[in-house]
Amino acid sequence: MGGPLLEWSRAQFALTACYHWLFVPLTLGLALVMAIMESIYVRTGDETWKKTAQFWQKIFGINFAVGVATGLILEFEFGTNWSNYSWFVGDIFGAPLAIEGIVAFFMEATFIAVMFFGWNKVGRGFHLASTWLTGLGATLSAWWILVANSWMQHPVGMEFNPETVRNEMVDFFAVAFAPEAAVKFAHAVTSGWMTGAVFITGVSCWYLLRRRNQRMALDSIRVAAATGVVAALLVMFTGDQSGLDVARNQPMKLAAAEGLERGGKGAAFSIVPGVEVPGMLSILATHDPQGYVPGTRDILEGYTDGEGQAHPSAAEKMERGRLALAAFRDFRAADLAGDTNARNEARKQLETHVDYFGYGYIQSEEELIPNVPLVYWSFRAMVGMGCLLLLVQALLWWQARRGRLEQTRWLQHAGLWSIPLVYLAGQAGWIVAEVGRQPWAIQDLLPVGAAVSSLSAASVQTTFFIFLAIFTVLLVAEVRILCRAIRNA
Amino acid sequence: MITYTFLQHYWWFLIALLGGLLVFLLFVQGANTLIFRLGRDEAERTLIVNSTGRKWEFTFTTLVTFGGAFFAAFPLFYSTSFGGAYWVWMLILASFVLQAVSYEFQSKAGNVMGRTVYRRLLVLNGVAGPFLLGTAVATFFTGSAFVVDKGAMGTAGALAPAISRWANAWHGLDALADPRNLLLGLCLVFLARVLGALYLVNNIADPALQPRLRRQVAVDAVPFLLLFLGFAGLLFTGKGFAAAPDGTVALESFKYWHNLTAMPATAALLLTGVVLLLFGIGRTLLRPAFTRGIWPAGAGTVLTVLALLLLAGYNGTSYYPSTADLQSSLTLANSCSSETTLRVMAWVSLLIPFVLAYIAYAWHAIDRRSLTRAELEGNEHKY
Repeated sequence: MGGPLLEWSRAQFALTACYHWLFVPLTLGLALVMAIMESIYVRTGDETWKKTAQFWQKIFGINFAVGVATGLILEFEFGTNWSNYSWFVGDIFGAPLAIEGIVAFFMEATFIAVMFFGWNKVGRGFHLASTWLTGLGATLSAWWILVANSWMQHPVGMEFNPETVRNEMVDFFAVAFAPEAAVKFAHAVTSGWMTGAVFITGVSCWYLLRRRNQRMALDSIRVAAATGVVAALLVMFTGDQSGLDVARNQPMKLAAAEGLERGGKGAAFSIVPGVEVPGMLSILATHDPQGYVPGTRDILEGYTDGEGQAHPSAAEKMERGRLALAAFRDFRAADLAGDTNARNEARKQLETHVDYFGYGYIQSEEELIPNVPLVYWSFRAMVGMGCLLLLVQALLWWQARRGRLEQTRWLQHAGLWSIPLVYLAGQAGWIVAEVGRQPWAIQDLLPVGAAVSSLSAASVQTTFFIFLAIFTVLLVAEVRILCRAIRNA
Repeated sequence: MITYTFLQHYWWFLIALLGGLLVFLLFVQGANTLIFRLGRDEAERTLIVNSTGRKWEFTFTTLVTFGGAFFAAFPLFYSTSFGGAYWVWMLILASFVLQAVSYEFQSKAGNVMGRTVYRRLLVLNGVAGPFLLGTAVATFFTGSAFVVDKGAMGTAGALAPAISRWANAWHGLDALADPRNLLLGLCLVFLARVLGALYLVNNIADPALQPRLRRQVAVDAVPFLLLFLGFAGLLFTGKGFAAAPDGTVALESFKYWHNLTAMPATAALLLTGVVLLLFGIGRTLLRPAFTRGIWPAGAGTVLTVLALLLLAGYNGTSYYPSTADLQSSLTLANSCSSETTLRVMAWVSLLIPFVLAYIAYAWHAIDRRSLTRAELEGNEHKY
């Protein structure tokens, strides 16, 4: 499948999402920590906490704008680059995006202005509420966009309507409050908290290493490292839940993340190639040491899962997909000819095979397997760095609590070097989630090749490089501004 | 009785309202084009940038929500226009992205490009943003070259054919070839500048800037009015895209004039809007002590744009007509979401007044006193 148009379209979307996910986690994390700090200020009246909170709010402001800017592009790219997608599932997918705008973005935009410009204009209580509401707005927006994302990975609450040629929503609550969405949201938001916490402790460690702003640094570490430990534990817990969801709904993604060609009962978990923990994968994927986990080949050839449910082979799914497409064409033709009998017959045939609709566009079985090495190594990077980060945060918190942190130089270095790691872990997580589900824009219903807009590859290539240039300049500028702001504080 | 048809019209009304609010909020863009023109020294330029800098996020968020509402309520427009008129939308987005970061970055040490470049980017967005948005919205009346064939989804292949296809290789840039589109684009640039100057008159208490701002209102009001009259003249005397109850689209002479006479409430909205806008401009010019011109002019802008967009979609009209294939034209009925989705979203829309109320409250809390040089000197968070 593919060709240059598809590849450039995917590259552009991945570029935008990658950059977006560089800025958003820090927004989510800083929002929480600075709100906690301002709360301490309001409760104790201690001016140093106000200064500390204001410093982190300044950092928040520098980071915020780029997240907003990349987010705008991301939203519109669904239309500009995935126009078939936008019609085919827009009836379901558009709603969370609109709700995000109405409910979340305005809250964020309104109260961020009060937070930045209101210090001497509104009362303390209103200001504190505004700081919390800014963070709440950001978090609510994460809810709605992840509802949309998780729906793509596990579509529910809709029905295909051959008359309008799209999927239509039949159950809003199934979409908006899907358990998979809740897990995805919790995993993403807590990883954002972790990013914020690691960032703040890292910067504070730099101050300690330079023996500057030590009071603010230690205060910040006390709040942020505690947040970091709690967040990291939550990330692990929600990651585990997320693994169960993936095993159930996207076995191919799981098999790719494990590099597992042949699975079975009591499947082993591969730490790195050649090093395995027996039975561990089954435990992670099914919470049962004897649970059945299929490999990529099993999925292509068809298998029967642990609960005795048979899953057809890829060839059969593709055949049924082609039948679904044929029935859809028959339906259109009969509809045009006004032949009610043929129309009903075609509709019945379509309903029989509609679950495999997307397989009709698949040309060869190999398209159904995502990029295994990329997903495999990203998964290991995410989990490995996540564990390391938890350890460093826990040590920082413990040493700060015992009053020993100022003497423990190596730990300060570890705290500082955690910053790049937390970003790499976040990007790796995104790659697992999004590359792992290829070729599906909508799981089983619409492959990316059938979702893409009709444009020239050269156009998309051009905009790709335009955005690459803009985003990269912005990133460089942001990093330099942050470094200056931190150095000059 | 809340029928499917009612919901379609309700959602078009909300989109038209969001469009109106967006055009009003383009005062941020308009005022930014005046940074170098009216700000004679650094202190004055800083005043202007900080004044609009406290509002830009409203404009930006309204633009995002405008897009989101189209996606949720009229997804076929989202896929056809954004995927088809690719270049116009991409240029609009790029200009707003540059704007979003320029505020926060411009005065910060280490910002790579230097303050002047970021401010020039604000000016660039101030001109390009309204101009391209105006050009794009003008195609709601003048039409675009695209074809919609939903049956395309039935063809299996390496790349499934897209439902919506642009009929030429210009992908939206072709809108620039129709003088009527350019007229509305330019009209919006000058309207944004008028509103921008009116906003600054209200928002900045500075004896040196005030007279220059008022003069600027007059300077931009003249071309704005001429362009607006030109566009309105062509609109009401030209042909429009009429959609019959069975969905067939045909060209009809004086269609938008017919819409105006068939919908007296919309005509009243339009008239009220124009009168309020003129009142806001006129009173600001005539009374040196009057600083609230932005409010009637802003409300007038919202009403005028609302009325124009209602004319584009109501009364059996195709709101996104195709010049390449008339029957591909988008109408409220053939491009909207399912009844379930529109109904759910109608419930969500009940939150809008609440959102508007807290925006008004927070806006008022920040703007209780006009911005002065003294305030900026003592401010922690300054652009």
